Amino acid sequence: MTSVSMPESRTAARRTMPAVDWVLALALLAVGGAVVRALLYTPADAMLGAVQRILYIHVPSAIQGMYVACTIMAVCGGLYLWIKDERLDRIAESAAEVGFVFLTVVLATGSIWGKSSWGTAWAWEPRLTSALFLWFVVLSYLILRDALENREARARLSAVLGVLALLLVPFIHMTVYLFRGLHPEPLALKPGKPDMSPEMLSTFLIANVAFMFFFFALVRVRYQWATVRDARAALEQA
Amino acid sequence: MHTFPSTIEAPLASETLSAALVADAVTRKYGGRSAVTDVSLSLAAGDCLALFGPNGAGKTTLLRLLGGLLKANSGRVTLLGQQLPGEAETRRLLGVISHRSMLYEALTVRENVMFAAECQGLRNAAAATESVLKRLLVFDRANSPVRALSRGLQQRVSIARALVHGPRLVLLDEPYTGLDQTGARALTEALRELKASGATVVLVTHNLAEGLELATQAAIMREGAFVHRLERPVDGFDVSAYATLYRELVGGGE
Amino acid sequence: MSELAFRPPSFVADAVRIARKDLLIEFRTRSGFLSATVFALLSIAIFRFSWDPTVVSSIDLAPGVLWVIFTFSGLLGLNRAFGVEQADRALDGLLASPVSREAVFAGKALGNLLFVLAVQLLALPTLALFFGLPVGPEWLGVVAVAVLAAIGFVAVGTLFAAVASNTRLAEMLLPMLALPFFVPVLIPAAQATSKLLAGSGLGEVMAELKILGAFDIVFVAACTLAFPFTLEE
Repeated sequence: MTSVSMPESRTAARRTMPAVDWVLALALLAVGGAVVRALLYTPADAMLGAVQRILYIHVPSAIQGMYVACTIMAVCGGLYLWIKDERLDRIAESAAEVGFVFLTVVLATGSIWGKSSWGTAWAWEPRLTSALFLWFVVLSYLILRDALENREARARLSAVLGVLALLLVPFIHMTVYLFRGLHPEPLALKPGKPDMSPEMLSTFLIANVAFMFFFFALVRVRYQWATVRDARAALEQA
Repeated sequence: MHTFPSTIEAPLASETLSAALVADAVTRKYGGRSAVTDVSLSLAAGDCLALFGPNGAGKTTLLRLLGGLLKANSGRVTLLGQQLPGEAETRRLLGVISHRSMLYEALTVRENVMFAAECQGLRNAAAATESVLKRLLVFDRANSPVRALSRGLQQRVSIARALVHGPRLVLLDEPYTGLDQTGARALTEALRELKASGATVVLVTHNLAEGLELATQAAIMREGAFVHRLERPVDGFDVSAYATLYRELVGGGE
Repeated sequence: MSELAFRPPSFVADAVRIARKDLLIEFRTRSGFLSATVFALLSIAIFRFSWDPTVVSSIDLAPGVLWVIFTFSGLLGLNRAFGVEQADRALDGLLASPVSREAVFAGKALGNLLFVLAVQLLALPTLALFFGLPVGPEWLGVVAVAVLAAIGFVAVGTLFAAVASNTRLAEMLLPMLALPFFVPVLIPAAQATSKLLAGSGLGEVMAELKILGAFDIVFVAACTLAFPFTLEE
C-alpha cells in the first residue's frame, strides 16, 4: 500500500502557518463567552457557593480531555495500524498533546474546587483519580513518541499504546470505584431531572459546546503544524 | 565488459519456469523517504546475486524485502511461486545470516542450533543438528557456550543455525565481516554446496572479491535502485576491473 | 543432503520451547533472578525496619509492601525479557522461522511469568517471617491473588518491554509505560490481600478477584494481538 503523504509534502512544506487562525480565534471567543456567562449571568449554586462555577471549566475539560482525546488517540492509532496512513498518526499526536493540556486543567481545577469545598487540595476519589492516571498515560504516550526518532516506529508503537490505553480506561474506573468517593454527583448527567436550575443547565451546556469547539480548533491547528513539520523533514532527508 | 541497462524488466513468474525468486517493481518507504525504489529482479535455483553499494543504499532493506521479512509498499516478491510475506511455513524456505550472530551467548553451540532446528519444525532436529555442525567444522566445540568462542567460530555456528533446515533461499548481510581465513573458506564452501543443491543465494557484502567468487549476477545499488547489473561472464568476473567500475559509479570510498 | 522432514508449527510447542530457552539462559547467567530476589527480600526487611511497629501494625503495612515490591522486582525481571534477544539480534533468527509472532509473545510472557512466580515463592514466606504474620489457610487466597495478579502483570509488562526495546532508554521507559497499566492489578490485589490477612474469606474478595480475572483475560488477549505490531514489518 503506498504511503499517502508523499504528493502532499512539497506543497505542504511551502505553506506557512497563517498569522491568525480564524477557527481558533472563534473558538477562543466561544470559550471566553461561556466563561463570562458563567461568571456574570449565571447565579451561584445555593449550597456550594461561588466556587461551583469552576465546574463549568472543569467538567467540559474532563469530557474533552479524558474521553474525546483518548478515543481519538485509540481510534486513529488502530486505524493507522490497519492502513498505515501517516495523517492518522498526526491526528493522534495532536489529540494527545491537546488532551494532555485539558487533563492538566482538569486536575488543576479539580484541586482548586477540592481545596475550597473539602479543605484539601487533593483527594483520592473516583473521578480525580481516574483523571490523574489518564494524565500519566497520555504523558507516557508523549514521552514514548519523544524517545523514538524513526517516524515509522514512532507512529506504530504509539498507536499500540493508544489502543491499549483506551482498553485501560474502564479498568481504571472500575478500580477507583472500589473506593467510595467524595466526588459530587454528576449534576447534569444524572438520569431524570438534573439538579441544576435552568440557567445553570444552559450555561453548562453552552460551556460544553464551547470547550468541544475549542478542543477541535486546537487539534486542527496542531495538526496543521505537524503536517508542515513532517513535510519539511521529508524534504530535508530526500 | 558487457553491461546491461540499469533496470532490467523482470519476466513474469509464469513465463520463466526456472525462476525461483522474483521481485517485481518493489518499493519500500520510511516516512517520506524511499529506501528501495522500483526494484525488479529474477533469480533461478542455484543462482547467487551479489549486492554491492555504499552504506545507506538500501541493500539491507532490499535483502529483507526479498525474504519477506519486510512488507513492500508496492510491488511483489515471489519465492518458488508463493508470494511473500506468506504464511508462517513459507518462512521455512529462508535462511538468514548477518554480521550479528543471532545466537544466545549463554547457551552452547549445540543448544543454539537445536533450538533453531526445532523452531523450523524439523522432525529429526537432533540428527540435522549433528550433521550441520560437522559440515561447518564446529562439531568439536558443540558443548561450549557460544560466548567462549572466537568471532570466527561464532559466525560459523551462526551459519549452521541458518542452514540446519536446508533453506531454498539464503540471505546474507555482510557475513564475511570479522571472519578469519578458515571461517571465510568454510562459509564460501557452504554457499557453494547450497548453490549446487539448488538454493538461491542473495549476498550483500563490501568485499568485492569474495562476493564475485560465488556470484552468478552482480549488482551495484545506490540510493535505493540498481545502477549497474552484470551477469557472470564465462571465465568468471574480473575483480579489479569491477572494482574500478564500482569506484566510478559510487564515487570514492566504499 | 538427505530429505528433511518437517512438522507444522505448533503454537503451544513453540511457546513452551521459547519459555524453556529463556529460563535456561536465566539459569545459566543467574544475574536477573538473583537481583530481583535480593531486591525483594532486602526491601521487605527495610520496609519493616523503617516503620515503628507500635504505630503501624504489620498486618496494615504488609499488603502494600508486598505489592510495591512485587511491582519493582517484577520490573527488574521484565527488563531482561528482550535484552537477551537484542544482544546479538537472536530475535531476527526467530522471526525468520515458521514460529508465529503470537507464539513468540506467549513464550516470552510464560518465561516472565515463571520468573515472577519464582521470586514470589521466596518473597511471600519472607514477608510472613519478617512481618510476623500468622500463617493459616488465608494464605491460599493470597497465593491465588498473587497468581492472578502475576498473569496480568506479565502480559502487559512483556508487551511494553517489547515496545521499550526499540528505544535507547528501554530500562527507564518500561516502568513509565507499564505502571499506569499495573494500577488495576495492584489496587485490587493489595485490597484483597489486606482483607484476606485480616481474616475475611474468599467470598468477600470476589469484587477484587473479578477485576483481576477480567483484566487478565482482556489484556492477555490484547497484548498477544498487539505484539506483532511492535515488530517491524
